[in-house]
Amino acid sequence: MSWTRKILRVNLSKGSCTSEPLNMEWANLYLGQRGLASKYLSEEVDPTCDPLGPDNKMIMATGPLTGTMASTAGRYSVITKGPLTGAIACSNSGGFFGAELKFAGWDMVIFEGKSDKPVYLLIQDDNAELKSAEHMWGKTAWETDDIIHATHQDPQMRVACIGRTAENGCLYAAVMNDKHRAAGRSGVGTVMASKNLKAVAVRGTQGIGNVDDAEAFMSATGDGKAVLAENAVTGQGLPAYGTQVLMNVINGIGGLPARNMRDVGFEGAENISAEAMAEPRKSDGKPNLTTNGACFGCTIACGRISTVDPTHFSVKDKPQYQGNSGGLEYEAAWALGADTGVDDLDALTYVNFLCNEDGMDPITYGATVAAAMEMFEDGVITTKETGGVELRFGDAKAFVAITEQFVNGGDFSADLGLGSKRLTEKYGKPDLSMTVKGQEFPAYDPRGIQGIGLNYATSNRGACHLRGYTIASEVLGIPVKTELNDTDGKPELVKAFQDATALVDSAGLCIFTTFAWGMDNIAPQIDAACEGDWSVENCLETGERIWNMERLFNEAAGFTADDDKLPKRLLEEAIKDGPTKGQVNRLGEMLPKYYEVRGWTADGKIPKETRQRLSL
Amino acid sequence: MNVNIEFYASLMKYLPPGKSRFRREVSVEDDITLSRLIKQFHISEAEAHLVLVNGHFVNCGEDRDQRKLVEGDTISIWPPVAGG
Ligand code: SF4
Repeated sequence: MSWTRKILRVNLSKGSCTSEPLNMEWANLYLGQRGLASKYLSEEVDPTCDPLGPDNKMIMATGPLTGTMASTAGRYSVITKGPLTGAIACSNSGGFFGAELKFAGWDMVIFEGKSDKPVYLLIQDDNAELKSAEHMWGKTAWETDDIIHATHQDPQMRVACIGRTAENGCLYAAVMNDKHRAAGRSGVGTVMASKNLKAVAVRGTQGIGNVDDAEAFMSATGDGKAVLAENAVTGQGLPAYGTQVLMNVINGIGGLPARNMRDVGFEGAENISAEAMAEPRKSDGKPNLTTNGACFGCTIACGRISTVDPTHFSVKDKPQYQGNSGGLEYEAAWALGADTGVDDLDALTYVNFLCNEDGMDPITYGATVAAAMEMFEDGVITTKETGGVELRFGDAKAFVAITEQFVNGGDFSADLGLGSKRLTEKYGKPDLSMTVKGQEFPAYDPRGIQGIGLNYATSNRGACHLRGYTIASEVLGIPVKTELNDTDGKPELVKAFQDATALVDSAGLCIFTTFAWGMDNIAPQIDAACEGDWSVENCLETGERIWNMERLFNEAAGFTADDDKLPKRLLEEAIKDGPTKGQVNRLGEMLPKYYEVRGWTADGKIPKETRQRLSL
Repeated sequence: MNVNIEFYASLMKYLPPGKSRFRREVSVEDDITLSRLIKQFHISEAEAHLVLVNGHFVNCGEDRDQRKLVEGDTISIWPPVAGG
């Protein structure tokens, strides 16, 4: 069955940790991780609650395949009501923490209430206890990880924790695990800080002993790994170049937004691309990219391990940043780079280190700085607000200075911690926020690529590529190529990607497998691991059920069809030049059809028949 | 006539010697088709996964066989890649 069938409930107000059985009826409908934890959240939390109040809950959840021998099966998610958006938030992370939680015998941990004082949760197999974290409060995520390891003297212990930005109220703080992996989006780390929970440390020795049909599972996971190895993308492209290989592709097709999405196309793209990361640099002959890295059980290994040129201004005289650390992934490189107009690879790598060290979402952070840069250039804010930094597009030194100021809680940090929506509203320029439902866009311009715009507009956690990565089809031709600027067929495409992703995110697998795997590769692995019927059809229906359940949470939280929209800039300001010149996003052509294919009403509501069909 | 070629990622090895990271201006026969140009640089069909002419996709097969290049065109080629 693969589930441990055990939940750890941690009441931070009372200081209690209790074990309870997993609701198997729900597990059969929502699988695990994103789906199952969202079901618990929907049942236990009032969607109108204050995300940073004690009534909100935070769930760390694994999927049934997490910790098994399936490729990439090390994932866990943090599910809560997000403070950046006010919508349901689910942030997925790799690394090793998720598998360790499973080895300790837990499917998920539900945190409720709020502790009086900073605490961390220590899980050692069946034993769980809250311990004082007063000596860790005010420390970075990296320091916290080190303190916990020094205290418990167990190198195999895995830590998920928050850095200083979360403590300082930054609304897009991440939960960092294994130092370089992040449940990054929507401010799940801020919720953790609001509960005075600094870290979760886990050590599990129980393994996974309850796979439903072990022989079938061995065979299905073996088949899956063979497919990943033989596929040119998952077998060669991702390990060699990482996600960053997209920088030149997306720029080449006219889909790379730049300078707060004021422009499309970034002249510095090649300097911050995967190819540039692999080039030996002049100072020490070493490339930015040291090696690739893998999360638990992953046979793809897309991770980037990088160093900054030790003579570069950003790390000169800072030996602690001159070693190997988590390098740039595509979305971070875009938000920190193209969106701020900075094409200094070392500066961006250093800022990325700081995002990991102090736990903030680099997409929202970069995009928020970009919005601030546009306001600075327009004279809306000045050095008075920015603590003396001339915050102009393309200025690497200014970007490094503002980031150091930000993580250390300097003058402009409270403003930057708001995210671009609240920041631009504060200064009377709301149209300069490139967000949906309050969350910033990732690295694909919806004017150049139509379907991703519909996905952004309808994503349940605000603008997000990982909710329905139609780029796979629209740009990369996976599984089939669709035309960038067509709107026909895009509602169906978006729905299919969104539902399939919801299922993958609920299984314990990494979404990057889907560059090679279809549901016919994934379903047999789930079916062999879990009791019940996990046919392709049931998996797809489960994904659709999860999507609709998330939408119902948001509806109850006050979201309506009015929130399924894109910023005016993307609907009205046409691309100025390049291969997509003249284009805007034509959301209006796609949204009604999308509601229809989802079985929703014309105003985006989920009618009774659809709820019944999906057992909601 | 002269066209610009851009080979990315693992295809950089097929670039003739030159200074720029990915780009070369090369001289080719007039009216050369896209397929022929790709072959001329020893790039196999499987490797030429994403092909753009002046930023616009040209699909594998007939489209590439029939696409005649003109002076000044920029041809960008990637192997199978993905990210996100
Ligand atoms: S593909 Fe990359 S992100 Fe996914 S599990 Fe593997 S290393 Fe981690």
